[in-house]
Amino acid sequence: MSQPKTLKGKTEVTEGLAEHPAVKAILAWNSEALVDAKFEFGELTLTIAPEAICAAAATVQAAGYNFLDDLTAVDWYPSAPRFQVTYHILSHRHKEHIRLRVLLQEASPAVESMMSVWPSANFYEREVFDLFGIRFEGHPNLKRIMMPDDWEGHPLRKDYPVEGYR
Amino acid sequence: MPVLQPAEGAKDQHMVLNMGPQHPATHGVLRLVLEIDGEIVVRVYPEIGYLHTGIEKTCEAKFYQQVVPLTDRINYLDPLSNNLCYALAVEKLLGIEIPEKATWLRVLLAELSRLNSHLIWLGTHAMDIGALTVFLYTFREREEILRIFEGLAGQRMMTSYIRIGGLSMEPPLDFFDRVQGFINTFPEKIDEYSNLLTGNPIFRSRLKGVGYLSPEDAIALGVTGPPMRASGVDFDVRRDIPYCGYENFQFQVPISTVGDCWARYEVRLIEMRESVKIIQQALDGMPEGAFKAEAPKIVLPDREKMKTQMEALIHHFKIVTEGFAVPAGEVYQSIEAGHGQTGYYVVSDGTAKPYRVHMRYPSFATLQALEVMCKGKMLADVVAVIGSIDIVLGEIDR
Repeated sequence: MSQPKTLKGKTEVTEGLAEHPAVKAILAWNSEALVDAKFEFGELTLTIAPEAICAAAATVQAAGYNFLDDLTAVDWYPSAPRFQVTYHILSHRHKEHIRLRVLLQEASPAVESMMSVWPSANFYEREVFDLFGIRFEGHPNLKRIMMPDDWEGHPLRKDYPVEGYR
Repeated sequence: MPVLQPAEGAKDQHMVLNMGPQHPATHGVLRLVLEIDGEIVVRVYPEIGYLHTGIEKTCEAKFYQQVVPLTDRINYLDPLSNNLCYALAVEKLLGIEIPEKATWLRVLLAELSRLNSHLIWLGTHAMDIGALTVFLYTFREREEILRIFEGLAGQRMMTSYIRIGGLSMEPPLDFFDRVQGFINTFPEKIDEYSNLLTGNPIFRSRLKGVGYLSPEDAIALGVTGPPMRASGVDFDVRRDIPYCGYENFQFQVPISTVGDCWARYEVRLIEMRESVKIIQQALDGMPEGAFKAEAPKIVLPDREKMKTQMEALIHHFKIVTEGFAVPAGEVYQSIEAGHGQTGYYVVSDGTAKPYRVHMRYPSFATLQALEVMCKGKMLADVVAVIGSIDIVLGEIDR
């Protein structure tokens, strides 16, 4: 398995993968909203400005990326911006995944809910809300899903200990 | 615990009914809050999390190789697929080459594991409907698969056999003969199940036309695997985004456009036959060679070498005590497991412990489609629908 080529940064990706359907669609829609991009391990990652994520998702959906495969978050504590919300989107037509992501600041992290584009985001967003404390604006039922309703704290945050007392 | 109230403006006779978490037909500890109008289901609210053990958090405190046993415990009915998906994701980050024999054995084992998963589905699904006999038949064959796993890995269910960089050990001498013996008779066994169920008028009328899911809803609600293909969406990761050498195998992907519980039953039965074909191809073409990669800093050395060579002993000591560093980056690996698309998202910060491991498991998303499939139908159909989407609570709650 030879390591596929690596492209880092917005310019390298937009030039090197200009024919990629997702890159093409995003650039045609609003190149300003594309904050950063990389192509590593054969996977394309597009970092989108948080306020534009739903519009970006709708754009790639129109370009054939029709299936929300996964939605999750990463806590980069203590660096800033602290939170990353990751969307893995699959295309049945192009037979590949792409990754969209947004970076959120530590103070009251919130992003628009993806449910308007893919209703399947429902449980995933509740899970991220429960375990990371990231709010999804416009989610109709943003309640804890894994932990009990009266739980304090968000277990997957990096400042939450793995064992012992909080 | 939130209790669902009847919706605003609902008719007076609406009743809220609690199904589970100890209900035998919920396949574990799933709690469904149902709003019903007489016998008609109006709303379904799945309440999950009873089995949540924080595996994703635990992974962050372990070395990469220590995560493998945790993955078994997420979906305990299809353990080798979990091992495989995690191993493939980490290998993608490491960029190591896996010997051909290990790859072919992985395919063989993933398919055996799929048969294991489908056999449990068929037995429990039929039992939910009231056909108790089938359960005993399917568990007879499952027992043979578990014995093969036991001979292979020393464990019946939590095999942890597929490791980062290959497999944990050489398969035993009689392994290939046993698998050959099993698949020689297995197609007849599928006929046997089919004889018990396909013509059974009760089974037919409980499944036909029940739990319809349109292809649009399947995609919008994140349904994958056999339920998605039974709704007419023609996608299988094994065929369309081949991983682990699946491009070397010939098999059909069964599709149905009917979209009801019966279609899901038919699709899975054909899938079992296709799995047998893949296993036969893997047995026929099994290459010779090593069962693990030549990467002394990542893969544990052979026991014999460890006892005789200083270098191997040092590597062994280092891997066990310090783990191995994985290049920084993020990868997502998707595979077709028994229940649908499983995906592992592994984020590395360049150390020996994963920064974040997220598992995308098919049952979690498929459960969201339950309401669409049950709405406006009879209460008893909920049981049939839960059986037909084949959920495992371990992978929903993680």
